[in-house]
Amino acid sequence: MMLIDCPWCGPRSEREFRCGGEGHIVRPHAPDTVDDAAWADYLFYRGNPKGLGYERWLHRFGCGRWFNVVRSTTDHRVTAVYGMTDPRPELENGR
Amino acid sequence: MSGARVAGGVAIDRSRTIHFRWAGREYTGFAGDTLASALLANGVSLFGRSFKYHRPRGLLAAGLDEPNAIVQLERGATTIPNLKAPYVELYDGLDARPVNAWPSLDFDFMAVNALFKRFIPAAFYYKTFMWPNWLLFEPLIRRAAGLGRSPESPDPDIYAQVSAHCDVLVIGGGIAGLAAALRAGHQGRRVILATGGAHWGGRFAGSEELVEGRPAQAWITSALRELAGMPNVALHNRTLATGHYDDGLVALCERVTDHRPLADRTGARQRLWRVRAGEVILATGAFERPLAFANNDLPGIMLAGAAVAYLHRYGVLVGRELVIATNNDSGWHAAVSLAEAGARIVAIVDARSAPPQTLLAAAEAMDIAVRCGAAPERAVGVKRVRAVKIAALDAQGRLSGKSERFACDTLLMSGGWNPAVHLHSQAGGALRLDPALQSFLPNPQDGIFSLGGAAGDFSIDSTLAAARGAIADPVNAPARPVWSLSRTAEPDPLAWIDFQNDVTASDVAIAARENFRSVEHLKRYTTLGMASDQGKTSNVSGIGVLSQLLDRPMEAIGTTRFRPPYDPTTIGVFAGHRIGDGLVPRRRLALEHRHLAAGAKIEEYGGWMRPVAYLQTGETEAQAIAREVRAVRNGIGLFEASPLGKIEVKGPDAATLLDRIYVNTVSTLKPGRCRYALMLDENGMIFDDGIVTRLADDHFLVGTTSGHAAAVAEILEEWLQCEWPSLRILTQDVTTCWAVLNLAGPKARDVLDALDSSIDFAAAAFPHMQHREGEIASIRARVARVSFSGELSYEIAVPWRDADPLWTLLTAAGEQHGLTPFGIEALMTMRIEKGFLHVGSETDGATQPQDVGFAAVLAKKKSDFIGRRSTRRADSLRDGRRQLVGIAVDDPQPVEVGAHIVGIGREAAIGSDGWITSSAWSPTLGAPVALAMINNGAARIGETVQIWDLGQRREGRIVEPCRYDPEGARLNV
Repeated sequence: MMLIDCPWCGPRSEREFRCGGEGHIVRPHAPDTVDDAAWADYLFYRGNPKGLGYERWLHRFGCGRWFNVVRSTTDHRVTAVYGMTDPRPELENGR
Repeated sequence: MSGARVAGGVAIDRSRTIHFRWAGREYTGFAGDTLASALLANGVSLFGRSFKYHRPRGLLAAGLDEPNAIVQLERGATTIPNLKAPYVELYDGLDARPVNAWPSLDFDFMAVNALFKRFIPAAFYYKTFMWPNWLLFEPLIRRAAGLGRSPESPDPDIYAQVSAHCDVLVIGGGIAGLAAALRAGHQGRRVILATGGAHWGGRFAGSEELVEGRPAQAWITSALRELAGMPNVALHNRTLATGHYDDGLVALCERVTDHRPLADRTGARQRLWRVRAGEVILATGAFERPLAFANNDLPGIMLAGAAVAYLHRYGVLVGRELVIATNNDSGWHAAVSLAEAGARIVAIVDARSAPPQTLLAAAEAMDIAVRCGAAPERAVGVKRVRAVKIAALDAQGRLSGKSERFACDTLLMSGGWNPAVHLHSQAGGALRLDPALQSFLPNPQDGIFSLGGAAGDFSIDSTLAAARGAIADPVNAPARPVWSLSRTAEPDPLAWIDFQNDVTASDVAIAARENFRSVEHLKRYTTLGMASDQGKTSNVSGIGVLSQLLDRPMEAIGTTRFRPPYDPTTIGVFAGHRIGDGLVPRRRLALEHRHLAAGAKIEEYGGWMRPVAYLQTGETEAQAIAREVRAVRNGIGLFEASPLGKIEVKGPDAATLLDRIYVNTVSTLKPGRCRYALMLDENGMIFDDGIVTRLADDHFLVGTTSGHAAAVAEILEEWLQCEWPSLRILTQDVTTCWAVLNLAGPKARDVLDALDSSIDFAAAAFPHMQHREGEIASIRARVARVSFSGELSYEIAVPWRDADPLWTLLTAAGEQHGLTPFGIEALMTMRIEKGFLHVGSETDGATQPQDVGFAAVLAKKKSDFIGRRSTRRADSLRDGRRQLVGIAVDDPQPVEVGAHIVGIGREAAIGSDGWITSSAWSPTLGAPVALAMINNGAARIGETVQIWDLGQRREGRIVEPCRYDPEGARLNV
């Protein structure tokens, strides 16, 4: 159980949160104009990186706010926490 | 010759005698004894029969690394299988039995397995018992597997859970842990010190060895006294650290009452601590390794450190005529301690050709025979060791030359020490191989510190310095690795590595030969390390044997992955209070007391306890349901609809948001109007339905199904916060703020007119699908004229606390009209008669709006909404999709939900055309009604079909979904 640093509430146990999956998934601006492959890409395909990756998290049993996180899928360490509308940071070198 | 009680024993209290039962016989011991120490003191040497070959086994160790002495504790609901005898504290009336031996330990029928040993080595079940059919043999083999017996009734004990935070968590109550806790305590930090056993002091409990100039036990006692006096330090014994997770989270399992007589136990049996520590200090010690030679599993053959522990902690001398076989210094220290207690040391056999001179001198002074550069070749004995054959080791580490025989009643082995790195590794810490120890040490990791034996530091001075903040770099004298003692390159087939799972050194050779060469494959192919001792005395030895066979360094082979729990931990302690009603809290209606008083049968629907029907005297459930339906259709009924989701959506952009959420266009709703709307997921599948109401230009009330209230509220916020953060909207889930009573039936208006309200309920003033706010008899109310039953219907929402007065008002005003409370089943019957959709019944994970009659609405909406693009995929647009229809049958038996629809002429039910999704007996029609999703159903109205259910067939007809008042005249009165 990780300790996650909610931008509003501070470090809280992972149990208070829900992981919303990969972050920065871009919804096609005009869905009507994209083909099935592009729409399927948006719906189903994810980067699934080994190592650092972008995720969005919800402080479900806390303030109820969504935020972004850079987290390693191999050792769980969180290297960045930033707002939902903030630009995403570059990933560190290595995993 | 066997064990006996002698002087000493720091853990026992000789003034308190304990009576207990083992294998059907009565014994006595002392308070503070473990089951193992008490039985040893009583001269017992046979403790178990091995898993596969049923070989006689005795104690190997003194703690939770014990692989042989596996016991079944107590009987009935409180019985616990597979406990390790040294880890069971003795209490008055304890009743324990051996496992895996029948009819007795002494004479075990299954020992016949040993005759077939060469046919059942490791992994035999992958290669044998195939012909004629593995399934013939599997049940027999499964029945023979396992050790103890599981209880057959629910766990009667209570388990507690608690969270704790501290600056420093010290795990391990030995010298290292005590010193670390003292230091952190003196620094004023909040400290938790936990140790798994009952005793403090670890390896040095009861020892006379000097620690800072004092005998170890004296040092320990004074350290404990000092710690107990510090208010910022909490001491917990019988509290085992069982898992080390991320960010300093450690799970501790505290055995609260396991050491008390059964009759004296009250409260929680065990307690799970979830500790979040700023820093974790692992003072978990090290485990001693056995030596692998032929018959090393005979009773009377034990780890040298264990023999010392039995002596110093419990005052038990494990034998009288001892041979000590070792490859490091600690075997010699054990010999000295035991000799001082009255044992005769027959010989010390050291694999090293040149042990330290000080040790040799001490042995000579005590007249102990010494053999250097030698090791055991074979132990001799049947139910206990009575001699050991020793031979010299050549340069390659193989036994060679003439063997020498030493008679003995006990053989102690010390093959080296493995630091207990489990908790370090569980949290992701890396390991390195120490060439001197021939074992794995923890690499430094942020926030995790290892001290003492756990760090490969076996020097008291060095450990104390490290505990006080010095950087330690322990230097150990090289042990001579002797992984497999044999005269050839082939390991001996009777040299045991994993005692509990009966895995020998030659089994490791089989795995290597068959190319199961990775350490994870070795484990699973041979089952080495997979027993309840989790390989504490076998994992590293197995890696060592494999390393020799493959000529590959141990560090290249590595260790298997360490996972919690560290020792088998009872499932109840992880469940805590989350069992039965505590697992899923039941949600109760505002007026449950009223429903019960009216005769309701209550059942759970989607987490809510709701009335099925209100049974009057002498009524069956079916009769009650029919009566309630007739009452609603012909008169007036009352239903509590509080669980329906209600979400307030308010702001200048509220309409914009809802247009993007729903299939329907919501922005065209006028204030005071309602619309039935569908919500999809982004994959185009129907997720929820409900009534959307516009209260004002910028204020909407979103209705959801009872089961999805929280989910829809979350979805709205997710889209707002993540995708459309610039929309100016606030949302609030108010589902449980408002209780809702549904007044339904042709007489509904008559009842409402009788009450003193600010709302005009006249038909022209308050049409169907509209909403009014106001007061009913001074109770603030929001009234929606919406209908799920198909009759004139008002859903009256009042603040939750005002539900009871409202019920009183409505039932009083309704009495003269025969107002009838009705339950879920009546409501469901009526909505099926009307062909109304119920999300989760007609819809599944593949249902899209066009399948349930929403094609026109879907086509009309031109702006984007969640899931719209997905409804334009080829699969969504194709012909032949399952569509919502009704099913009529001629005989009075309702059809089964889930029954398959098969076209006439099709013989098999495979590839059905769809299935029944809802079904009920309709008192209104006097016939069964049903809804179904059928391929191309809308085009097949009138078609006769077969209904196939569990091999039975009957005929039915596809009809329109709505079987009652299709024009909706009764809704618009």
